[in-house]
Amino acid sequence: MSRTFAIGGVDIKDYKLSCNKAIETLPSPALAFFPLSQHIGAPAVPVVAVGDSVKVGTLIARGESVMSASIHSSVCGVVKKIDAVQSVNGTNVPAIVIESSGDAEEWESEIDRSADVISECALSAEQIVDRIRNAGIVGLGGACFPTHVKLVPPKDCKIDSLIINGVECEPFLTADHRLMLEHSAEIVVGIEILKKALDVNIAYLGIESNKKDAIVLYDRLFSGRKDIKVVKLKKKYPQGGEKQLIDAVLGRRVPNPPALPANVGVVVENVATVYAVYQAVQKNHPLIDRVVTVSGTDVQNPCNLLVRLGTPVSQLIEKAGGVPQDTAKILHGGPMMGKVIQSTDIAVTKGTGGIVMLTVEQSKRKPEMNCVRCAKCVEACPMGLEPYLLARCAKEQNWDYAAECGIMSCIECGCCQSTCPSMRPLLDWVRYTKSKVGAIIRERNNKK
Amino acid sequence: MPQTKIISQAPHLHRNTSVVRSMTCVLIALIPAFAVAVCNFGIGALIVTAVSVAACVLFEWLGCRFLLHKPSSISDLSAVVTGVLLAFNLPSNMPVYQIILGAAVAIGIGKLTFGGIGNNPFNPALVGRVFMLISFPGRMTSWPLAGQFTAYTDAVTGATPLYYIKGMIQGYGVNMNDLPRIDDMLLGSMPGCIGEVSAVALVLGLVILLATRTITWHIPVSVIGTVAVISTALYFINPDLFINPVYHLLSGGLLLGSIFMATDYTTSPMTHKGMVIYGIGIGCLTMVIRLFGSYPEGMSFAILIMNAFVPLIDKGVHSKRFSKI
Amino acid sequence: MPQVIVLSLILLGSIGLIVGLILFFVSKAFAVETDQRIARIESLLPNANCGGCGLPGCSAYAAKAVEQGSLDGLVCNACTAENRQLIASILGSDAEILDEQVAVLRCNGTCSNRVASQAEYDGTKTCAIANMSGAGQWLCSYGCLGYGDCTNVCSFGAITVDAESGVASVNPDVCTGCGACVKSCPRGLLMLAPKTKPQKRIWVACANRDKGPVARKSCSVACIGCGKCAKDCSFNAITISDNLAWINPKKCFLCGKCVENCPTKAIKLFE
Repeated sequence: MSRTFAIGGVDIKDYKLSCNKAIETLPSPALAFFPLSQHIGAPAVPVVAVGDSVKVGTLIARGESVMSASIHSSVCGVVKKIDAVQSVNGTNVPAIVIESSGDAEEWESEIDRSADVISECALSAEQIVDRIRNAGIVGLGGACFPTHVKLVPPKDCKIDSLIINGVECEPFLTADHRLMLEHSAEIVVGIEILKKALDVNIAYLGIESNKKDAIVLYDRLFSGRKDIKVVKLKKKYPQGGEKQLIDAVLGRRVPNPPALPANVGVVVENVATVYAVYQAVQKNHPLIDRVVTVSGTDVQNPCNLLVRLGTPVSQLIEKAGGVPQDTAKILHGGPMMGKVIQSTDIAVTKGTGGIVMLTVEQSKRKPEMNCVRCAKCVEACPMGLEPYLLARCAKEQNWDYAAECGIMSCIECGCCQSTCPSMRPLLDWVRYTKSKVGAIIRERNNKK
Repeated sequence: MPQTKIISQAPHLHRNTSVVRSMTCVLIALIPAFAVAVCNFGIGALIVTAVSVAACVLFEWLGCRFLLHKPSSISDLSAVVTGVLLAFNLPSNMPVYQIILGAAVAIGIGKLTFGGIGNNPFNPALVGRVFMLISFPGRMTSWPLAGQFTAYTDAVTGATPLYYIKGMIQGYGVNMNDLPRIDDMLLGSMPGCIGEVSAVALVLGLVILLATRTITWHIPVSVIGTVAVISTALYFINPDLFINPVYHLLSGGLLLGSIFMATDYTTSPMTHKGMVIYGIGIGCLTMVIRLFGSYPEGMSFAILIMNAFVPLIDKGVHSKRFSKI
Repeated sequence: MPQVIVLSLILLGSIGLIVGLILFFVSKAFAVETDQRIARIESLLPNANCGGCGLPGCSAYAAKAVEQGSLDGLVCNACTAENRQLIASILGSDAEILDEQVAVLRCNGTCSNRVASQAEYDGTKTCAIANMSGAGQWLCSYGCLGYGDCTNVCSFGAITVDAESGVASVNPDVCTGCGACVKSCPRGLLMLAPKTKPQKRIWVACANRDKGPVARKSCSVACIGCGKCAKDCSFNAITISDNLAWINPKKCFLCGKCVENCPTKAIKLFE
């Protein structure tokens, strides 16, 4: 019997085209771009100047405040400029650009580059959090919340369980799946380290039923253990959402923002983050690379690539066989929550889980019809909201009623819009309402 | 430098649900009932259904073209569904002109005056049906006996079980031995409207609708459950006055109404809780009209009355939030 | 038969009469006393309910004005100066003289001037939502989107977006300067400019904050922030910030020198 979350959700075709492709390593780029803000919180502050030489793993920008994350160079070379480059959103953001000095790569000396798995960890909880902070690790599932902040929960919250997110519910993406299969030993050590850092007794690894091989593998690894369990989950989008996963695994409901999972005694970490934690704590290896899926129905060679951060997306696409003929959208992230990127010059950042290319037919929205009040959006909403009503609030500019109907707890998963038989752009309107109501609430709080 | 050609915000994939697909599912679910109707009422059922569908589609096309000045919406099949449902609510001996008049009211007043698909507060097929019930009471309350394959307007008519139920309560001396047998009521060989006679076929339709996720269980189950509870309670109070509840469940438009008419997307509530309230309301009103009203059947009135309450239900009843505010 | 008709006529007629009488007496007996001035002020207001004053409509404006006994803080740009005086006299106070204003668009990026990107925007066609998905149809990410949010909020029908130019245009003869459109534009492109007599206005019809070469690449009439106008201006009315010129209407004497000398013709003169 596989578990799942209680309210809403949709069953969407998963297109896991690259799930049997082993992770390949992409060579480091000639020119690497490091936006200073690759995480939630304050941008990192550069600690290098134009003309400085850096090695692989050198700190180039430090996260000064608590809610921030450091950035390390993923190539060996010279800082070319610190200037605005295009970001995922299409806006220009400040970034450090490093020109690689060629084939002979020099790494920072304290990084352990051997492939041996070190399972012993003698560090204290504080030392572990310190290492994670120094390595610049953020949540690699896409939200990019600094991990060291999560590991030090507010004083009044007692954490009793750790949930590892191996759900990967976005269609097309297989990066986490491959990582779980190929680096299981490291992930198990990583889970132990996180348990120690949080001082919890039990950890759960949530995996969706469409990754049978991973479930079997971890069932074997964890057999006979009480403190770490695999939870088999029914395939349903958006199970990878933090709140949905906690509901599915433990049956606990996280209250509305500003409440955090810590308020119900849980910390959730993505498997990719767990792997990065292992690398940072055991090998002194900062977050300079990550696994990225490049996929799409027409893509010649859908693949999973171990990519240095800062690599332009065009190199990843080249490796996957180039942009297919009738591609209309290139997405940063999965097709349910990802963003359209307008140029392939933008760089891989900490939050890049996948690059997905959609055909014209998949991309083009069909003509919008009248709402037939079928209630499918209400049924699909995993937060128990009424998307049709919130969209109507937007058209009527009725912000108070939208707030009353819980607009701020929307997680923008896209279930409503993808399930609407009248092809209405529900999430467009809901997102707009949410931004308006959010602005009004912030303004009121400021006045107080 | 390859560039993106289309820009829009997430989500970028659609599950390929569509109104046409939902309507097709409803039509498929109506096939068993239609097959039974043709077996029982022969050519009359065919003529009435064909005329009703053709008239509804025609009026929809005319209305969109000349009244609303919008692109025609007949391709979404909703007019076809309205036509079939209207026909299923009529006896198989209705003359053609009356059906066309009913279809005009159903589509014209029931649907297009409010702005077409998605905007109508009342179920269009039922608006048409009630209009006909009031305008042609004689025709609308005499039902051909099953088994007359070649008869149309000249068919021999008889009374439905609901007539006997009413007769029992109001004491106008009916012969209870004339009641159809339960197995006839399951298979549909009794007098009645075209689509309402066979319980088995209608339940099969419900299974199809549930399996294709066209509707949820909430409305049919709450309507049928309410009727079952009320009729069983009354039967236990006074079995001489009130009939065996099985007759209430299998006769009249209860199954057709609760499975196909009350579940109409546009005129039913948006939340599960609201659907249950709406269903219970329909069940209660149906029983009140059946037992105490002057009409033998109250399903269509009950649905229309509850349709009027849907905006109120939607305003007051919200879905269960993930986390309480 | 005639009997039936006569009877029903009498019956219906008398029902109508009786009900009418009841309604009349009830409305007299339960009439609510309202301040007569509210209705009088309301009749002097434009009654377009544009919301430019920040209140829900003209009757709310009238009620508020009567409540506070003056027009202090109550700005109705759509009201004529004459009517404003009349309202003030009803209230028994003086009206301050307001400059009449008119909305102008800080973008001249018509289809012939700006460069289209290769992408097509396929989302919901409103400016507010299109603006949230980043730049789309056009390379310039500051210019008018042309989906007509301002057209929709304008109670006076003064703003139109025609397909040929692709940008909004304000009809200054109809525009009352109520300011509803200023609030509606997600890119902040509309602003109120003083309506001088004879009608003449000068403003920078561009909001592009990119550096000169970048701005120039995306639109031929973009302000490139060169500063020529600021140097030329005899009254120090023009300042440059964020690669964009800004003309202070209070200092500008409408000499038109900047309009002639602007290398990209980004400064617009309306006569």
